[in-house]
Amino acid sequence: MLSRTADHLYWMARYLERAETTSRLLEVGARTALLPDPSGGYRNDWEAVLQAKGTLEEFKEKYGDTNQRNIETWLFFDSDNPASVLSCINAARENARVVRTALTSTVWDAINSAYQELKQLQRVERSKLMVTDLTEWTQRFCHLVRGCISATQLRNDGYAFMGIGTSIERADNTARLIDVKYYVLLPSLSYVGSGLDQSQWALLLQSMTAQRAFNWSYSGEITAQKIAHLLILNRKFPRSLLSSVQWTCDHLDDIAQNYANGTRAQQDAHQLFDDLSRATVDDIFDEGLHEFLQRFVARNAGLANTVQDVYLRGIPA
Amino acid sequence: MSATQAKIFNEMMNGPDVRAAYANLETWYRSMPPELRNLKQSEAEALFRRVGITFAVYGEGGDPERLIPFDMFPRVMTAEEWRKLDKGIRQRAAALNAFLCDVYGRREIIRAGKIPEHLVTNNEAYEKAAIGFRPPGGVFSHIVGVDLVRTGPDEFYVLEDNCRTPSGVSYMLQNREIMMRMYPQLFMENRIAPVDGYASALKRTLASVAPKKCVSEPKIVILTPGQFNSAYYEHSFLADLMGVELVEGQDLFVEGDFVWMKTTEGPKKVDVIYRRIDDSFLDPLCFRPDSMLGVPGLMNVYRSGGVTICSAPGAGVADDKAIYTYVPEMIRFYLGEEPVLENVPTWQCAKEDDCKYVLENLDELVVKEVHGSGGYGMLVGPKADKSTIEAFAHKIRQNPDNYIAQPTLALSAVPTFVEEGIAPRHVDLRPYCLVGEKIELVPGGLTRVALTEGSLVVNSSQGGGVKDTWVLAE
Repeated sequence: MLSRTADHLYWMARYLERAETTSRLLEVGARTALLPDPSGGYRNDWEAVLQAKGTLEEFKEKYGDTNQRNIETWLFFDSDNPASVLSCINAARENARVVRTALTSTVWDAINSAYQELKQLQRVERSKLMVTDLTEWTQRFCHLVRGCISATQLRNDGYAFMGIGTSIERADNTARLIDVKYYVLLPSLSYVGSGLDQSQWALLLQSMTAQRAFNWSYSGEITAQKIAHLLILNRKFPRSLLSSVQWTCDHLDDIAQNYANGTRAQQDAHQLFDDLSRATVDDIFDEGLHEFLQRFVARNAGLANTVQDVYLRGIPA
Repeated sequence: MSATQAKIFNEMMNGPDVRAAYANLETWYRSMPPELRNLKQSEAEALFRRVGITFAVYGEGGDPERLIPFDMFPRVMTAEEWRKLDKGIRQRAAALNAFLCDVYGRREIIRAGKIPEHLVTNNEAYEKAAIGFRPPGGVFSHIVGVDLVRTGPDEFYVLEDNCRTPSGVSYMLQNREIMMRMYPQLFMENRIAPVDGYASALKRTLASVAPKKCVSEPKIVILTPGQFNSAYYEHSFLADLMGVELVEGQDLFVEGDFVWMKTTEGPKKVDVIYRRIDDSFLDPLCFRPDSMLGVPGLMNVYRSGGVTICSAPGAGVADDKAIYTYVPEMIRFYLGEEPVLENVPTWQCAKEDDCKYVLENLDELVVKEVHGSGGYGMLVGPKADKSTIEAFAHKIRQNPDNYIAQPTLALSAVPTFVEEGIAPRHVDLRPYCLVGEKIELVPGGLTRVALTEGSLVVNSSQGGGVKDTWVLAE
């Protein structure tokens, strides 16, 4: 497969996943804004949300005030924000368009239709759009495309590169989502057991559609340890860091087998997986959750670079 | 012969009667209520948009992904009509290739005094880097698009030849696909020769001209300028149908005696490049040093027989509008045959007498730039006002070599859906002739239609539309 084709497939998948994460963050932010703040008025987590996407400064430059409408626009419709849902879907569709012939018509159709729908949405008066409609639309679209990929794409190297794009982006995004809220997971005497504490934790689970997964997997009270375990170390939970890294490994193994040639990308991925699977929640809290997540994001990004070097730049390994 | 005087030939009619070839369509159209037609029309548009056939026009702004209007009323040719076209097109494609081999080789046609030397060697499209090189099979132009117009039941004229990289074949294939999907009944009632063998014929043609150095199954690629090119859809469509890679310049590199493409498994050798970029962008070392589209060193590999480029660099000299007038002469010279298809009578402003005549009769003529394409920079005399004609006359006097003129032909018309029902609209036809070891031609082509009443400009860049083109089976 042409390296450039593989590169477009890989980025198409990354942008799709990124669109979904942005919409999840938007959902969490909007939901948090409905909770009363103990210090009076309502809570405002928007700055944390923007920080997680690394766009707080650009946002302030353009809009100044962190009011909800501005943030919704910024995160959903604003093409100046490279991480907005609109930017991500456009980028995903642009990548897909270039390599249309590497996709089944079903997959292309799904992506292209979403793009056309989004153009319609842009024309609707903003006051007529509920933020939940927007986030639900985005997630439904992402599920649809992934479903089409899974149901119709040939399991060749192109499929594997899409898979790697998805799993690398997801690992990164899950880590960032946890990081927005890392302070609520830190055991702190003043918060433990308070109603606020509980609802904050519930919100984090909700942002990853993980409430049921949590209840099915753990008994008893919600605790920081259990949540951290679910989101970081639980191989059964499809958005956990460990699951994501495992998929990256699986896809790289497939490619190595296909090409009858192992690479350092494959080795790096397995190394990351081994390190992560040996970790415990206590280790993570000892290191500091924030520090741990930062370190993970950097290693995952390093792995992404290796994949690019080995396969996507067309320079023989 | 001018459109304003002569009666326009409606291809569906023979006097007051509907011609047999169109009889079924007449019934079909009459039995279709307007609501159904509108529904079908929007269904067709949705299909086009969904498969993503769009057309970008340079420098016009607006929607870069707009559709070429598709008219559902097919154009029909009888087997007998097609037989003549088929023969004439193959003849022309053979002669054009013989001419190209000759002008980059021994130049016999020039030595025989049949074509003035300066028209060839001073031509911008005459490629110095191709002199003395004979591509595999002696083929320069592997896909020849011959633009035809019709003025009467048996009167066909060649308007121009396209020897470089004629586009539009994807519309020929998709128009058929969509008609078959929407009106299967029509295809049961009429025996229509299929066109879907085009992609495999193209692949066969390209494989048949692989370089000698290629000892295994030839690796074919399509070289595109990229997704922002107006014909990008077509490039990816053809790559898909043939099952070959669609590459950009950045995907290829030269090392040693060969061209390689960058793949996830490392470099892979490329044998045949069907390029959809212009000569001047092929190789920055040989042509335009500022080109980002090409592959540095490609021409060296080409000239040493490591790769075949289709069409061959330099093929454009054969489709130049000044050379066009000599094609009948080429047919006689190389093939020893009389031309089956006629040229449109053409005045060359480069000749003093011709130029005088043209300037005196501008209001009746169509004037074109010698190197122009896409319907740009032309004057349609009978449709132009006085000041436009005067401005154009000035341009001709400034640079007469740059212009040719032809009579305003009474282009035939084919029924076309309009607001009020159907009405005749002017059409042309571009079949695609493939030249490799053999010459192949699928029965059909792209019919372009001028959707505006009375308009003779069918170019898609100027609001023209397309139709499915049927050749009835014997």
